[in-house]
Amino acid sequence: MTDAIEATVAVTGMNATDNPAPGVAVCRSLRAAPAFQGRIIGLGYEPLDPGFYAEGLLDGGAILPYPSVGRQATMARLRELRDQFGINVLLPTLDSELRPLAGAMAQLATLGLRALTPSLESLQAASKSQLAEEAGRAGFPVPESSPLTTPEAVSEVVDRLGLPVVIKGVFYGATIAHTEADAIAAFHFHAAKWGLPVIGQRFIDGEEYDVAALGDGEGRTIGAVPMRKMALTDKGKGWSGVTIEDPAMIGLTEQVVTALQWRGGLEVEILKERSAGKLYVAEINPRFPAWVHLTTGAGQNLPLACVELALGRAVDPLPPYRVGVQFVRISLDQITDMSAYGALSAAGSFEHPSGSSA
Amino acid sequence: MSRDTSHLKQLAINENGFVFDPRTGHTFTLNATGLAVLEGLKRGAEAEEIVAELSATFELEGSEDLARDVDDFVARLREYALVPAASQESQR
Repeated sequence: MTDAIEATVAVTGMNATDNPAPGVAVCRSLRAAPAFQGRIIGLGYEPLDPGFYAEGLLDGGAILPYPSVGRQATMARLRELRDQFGINVLLPTLDSELRPLAGAMAQLATLGLRALTPSLESLQAASKSQLAEEAGRAGFPVPESSPLTTPEAVSEVVDRLGLPVVIKGVFYGATIAHTEADAIAAFHFHAAKWGLPVIGQRFIDGEEYDVAALGDGEGRTIGAVPMRKMALTDKGKGWSGVTIEDPAMIGLTEQVVTALQWRGGLEVEILKERSAGKLYVAEINPRFPAWVHLTTGAGQNLPLACVELALGRAVDPLPPYRVGVQFVRISLDQITDMSAYGALSAAGSFEHPSGSSA
Repeated sequence: MSRDTSHLKQLAINENGFVFDPRTGHTFTLNATGLAVLEGLKRGAEAEEIVAELSATFELEGSEDLARDVDDFVARLREYALVPAASQESQR
């Protein structure tokens, strides 16, 4: 049984639109744990980030400067918020936050903030442009892929990998191109949006599955829950999904966590080839997915275990999860007075009176 | 020898004909006759036995048509990987 946690945990990613950040799901998982008796402070970038207004979720909330402003500004703000709220643990949930924070672990420690982020080396190895090379070294299967920096390289990759081919942005987005012209157009689109390189990847005819997992940074997987998406938004985001039983997917995830010495939450996107059932790691997202609360519903509270690891506790691998547990996301209007919005807009933070959040 | 039913036994099937395949996350909906066939396969019943049961339960006549329908249905289940491919099956 988990010992009581009385820390004040700051969770980023309060944006919960139809392409939600994982912050709200992480907070819900902490709230769902009887052992969690601490406080939760939501951190976001805009006063109207919907998670700030979720009833019973937060003890307080605050605005952060965008990561693009620079590490110094982020650190200065975190120092203020530590003093204001007594924050002990920081759980970053957005891709864009991880690299700056992973490079500032010593500064975070100086502030007395414990965070569980992947190392810079792990982040680099899991990046879209490096994953194929890392997979070759570590021996886990990925669809054959190449970084592309010129339109001519797109034609070469089409010749080599055949059609259709997947053209991916270096940070986000993917296009399945059925002709060479479409592939070149997709190259220009993703290059304009996210910069170079663009990734050309062999198309795998199969189904996508996603595994939410937690690594302890020493090669051990604390928990892993595979899920099949049952409904998608028009942006391709999962709106419903169900836990499945696939020991091979768990094994592949453990292999990834060990190879990358992964510390913290992650999502492994896995393609299961239709014909032979072979599994490929399509992508690694370096943080918990927005559907991570499903893991808690299925019996593995990964965010809670993440907080325990951040606090330096010894955490054993979690017990088996339940198969056939489903999530269905919902949009609803939250009704509130304007006090939190006013405080976030004018002062950059709000705090609920003690005991009124839950 | 009987059919390999190990995968069929993993399927979660409710009395309304809702089927969940825990290995893939796929779900299916069966009507009453489809449900009876799947339940029969899950028990390891032979096709002839299933046809006889359908005939009796649903008061159906024409066992040749019925046998063909059952075969078609099993082929459809095979497409969805709910029953093993013919080459993987034991002797029927």
